[in-house]
Amino acid sequence: MKKDIIYTLKAPYRDDFQIHGYRFGKGEQAACIIGPMRGNEVQQLYVCSQVICKLAELEEKGAIAHNKEILVIPCVNHYSINIGKRFWPSDNTDINRMFPGYEYGETTQRIAAGLFNRVKDYTYGIQFASFYMQGEFIPHVRMMDTGHQNPSLANLFGLPYVVIRKPEPYDTTTLNYNWQLWNANAFSLYTAATDRIDLESASQAVAGVLRFLTRMGMVKYQGHSGYIASVIQEEELVTVNTQEAGIFRAVKNTNEEVKVGDVLAEILHPYEGYVKMQILSPVDGIVFFAYNEPLVMENTVIFKILAKLHK
Amino acid sequence: MIKTVVASALPVDEVLHIKKHRMEPISMSGENKRLCIVTGIHGDELEGQYVCYEMIKRINAHKENLKGIVDVYPALNPLGLDTITRGIPKFDLDMNRIFPGNENGSMVEYIASKIIDDITGADLCIDIHSSNIYLKEIPQVRISEESAPQLIPLALKLNVDFIWVHSSITVLESTLAHTLNMLKVPTLALEMGVGMRITRDYCEQVVNGIFHLMKDQGIWEGETTEVRAPIISTDGKVHFINAEASGIFVPAIQHWKEIKIGQHMGDIIDPLTGCVIQSIDSPCDGAVFTLREYPVVYEGSLIARILGGDCI
Repeated sequence: MKKDIIYTLKAPYRDDFQIHGYRFGKGEQAACIIGPMRGNEVQQLYVCSQVICKLAELEEKGAIAHNKEILVIPCVNHYSINIGKRFWPSDNTDINRMFPGYEYGETTQRIAAGLFNRVKDYTYGIQFASFYMQGEFIPHVRMMDTGHQNPSLANLFGLPYVVIRKPEPYDTTTLNYNWQLWNANAFSLYTAATDRIDLESASQAVAGVLRFLTRMGMVKYQGHSGYIASVIQEEELVTVNTQEAGIFRAVKNTNEEVKVGDVLAEILHPYEGYVKMQILSPVDGIVFFAYNEPLVMENTVIFKILAKLHK
Repeated sequence: MIKTVVASALPVDEVLHIKKHRMEPISMSGENKRLCIVTGIHGDELEGQYVCYEMIKRINAHKENLKGIVDVYPALNPLGLDTITRGIPKFDLDMNRIFPGNENGSMVEYIASKIIDDITGADLCIDIHSSNIYLKEIPQVRISEESAPQLIPLALKLNVDFIWVHSSITVLESTLAHTLNMLKVPTLALEMGVGMRITRDYCEQVVNGIFHLMKDQGIWEGETTEVRAPIISTDGKVHFINAEASGIFVPAIQHWKEIKIGQHMGDIIDPLTGCVIQSIDSPCDGAVFTLREYPVVYEGSLIARILGGDCI
C-alpha cells in the first residue's frame, strides 16, 4: 500500500486541506474508488476505510493481480466532515457539482479539477455517493444514462439492483457523469445510510466492490457470488408523495414487499397526535426508497416503489 | 391584489406561501401585455426586495398610467430569505438549478413547477439577482448566446451598465431564466449589488430602467427617465482574477472604476505573520465590474472580473 497526496490547498486558519490516495498494486490504472465529497457522508467514509483495510490484507497475501493498480481515495472533503457541514465550508458549494473542474477557477472547481485529473484515466470508477433527497435506499449500483453506460458490468458487483438514471442538467457536473464522458466505466454505489453507519449495508457494499474487482481480474478474493441484479430505469420507480405535513410514522421500510392499498406510512398532527392521513401503496411491489426523517412537509417524496416486482 | 401562487404545508403549524402582487390597468382591453418581476430565488440576495417595493409604490401612485398587467413576485424562496440562507433550508440543490421543476417530484420541484405554470404566458419577465455575499456587481444583464438576438434589444432599455453575453452551458439549462426563455417568455436575468445588502442607487437605477422598458412595451404611459447605454460584451472580453493564495484580501481599488495594466489591485495578507502573501496587479486595462466584498479568501476565490482588452 502506497499513500499519496492527491491534492493540497492552503487554508487561512486551518491545517492544509489534503486529499489522500491509497494505491494497491502497480501498473495499468485499473480501478479508482472514491469516498465522501460531502460532510455528512459518514457511511461512505466507513465503507471506504473498510475497502482499504481489506485491500491492504489482500496485498499482504499477494492477492493483487500483476500490472493492475487500484487507487482508493477515502475522503475528498474532510474539512466539511470535521465541522458538520454537508458542503464546502467557506462558500457552501458542492464539490460533486463542479466536475470536470477548472484548475484556474473557484476553490471547489480547483479541487474537482485536481481530483479529476488524477482519476480520469482509470478504466473503472466507483464512487460511494448520497442522494439529494433525505431517505434510505435498498443498496444498489447507479449509472447515468450517457450513452456510454454498461449495465452488464454493473451487475458484477452482485448487488440486488442496478438503477439507470436519465441525467438532469444538474447531473452533468457530477463525477459519475464526467467519468463516463471520459470513457471510464463509472458506478455510484448507494447503501442504506448516509449520516450514520449501517453495518449491514456497509459490509454488503465492501463485498460488492471486492466481488467486482475479483470478477474484473484485479484481485483474488473468495467471496459469496451475490445477486444477479434487476436492472431498472429510475423513471420506472413509482413515486409516492405526501399530501399532508406533520409527524412522519413509517409503517413499511425499504426492501419490504407491499400490496396495492397497504398502509406505507401515517402522517400525524404534530400537536394533537391523531392520524391526519394514511399513505397507501398505489401498486404491488417492493419499497426501494423510504423517507426517514421524523417530520415531513407536504409534497415530499416519501417512497419509491419497484412496481410489480416480488422478492 | 395579492395572490398565492403555490402553498405547501410545513411539518408544524405553518404553511409555505409563494405570493405575488398583481397590478392591473383601470380598464382592461383584453390585449394587455403582462410583465412578471421575480426575485428572491436565493435567500441571501436582497436587492430585489427594494426593487419590488419601489415598483409597486410608483405604479400605485399613478395607476392611470398602467396599461398592462404587472405581477411582482418578491420571494420565490421565502424560507431562505427569512433564515439568511442562499438555498432552500433542508434541500440540497440550488433552487435556480431545478427549473422547470416537477409536479410529482420533491416539495421544491413541485413549487418550481407551479411557479413556471404561473409565469407561463407572460410577455416579459425580469429575474432579479444580487450576486452573493462574496462579490459586488454593477447592474448588468446576463444573456446566453442563443437568446442574445431576442433579448439584447430588451436589455438595452433596462438602464444597466453592462450586458454580458455568455456561452451556453448545460447546467444553466435548469435556471428559471433559461426555462422561461425556452417557454417563449422573454426573460432577462439581472444581477446587481452584493448579497445581504441593499444598494439603493443601483435599485433606483434598475427601477427607472424597468419603467422605461414597460413604456417601450406599451405597459406604462407615464414619464420615464433616459436610460444609459450599456457596454455589451462577450466572454472573451471578461478577465477573471482569482486568488492564488489563502488569506485576507484587502482591495486597493474601487468598484466600477477604470484600471490600467499593471495597476495594483490589492493584497492577500496573513494576519498571523504580518506578511503579504500575494500582491495582485491588473493583467489588463479595463474596468472592474465585479469586486470581492468578503475578505476571507481561499486559493481560487474570485477577486475581480475586469471588462477589458488583451491581457498580459
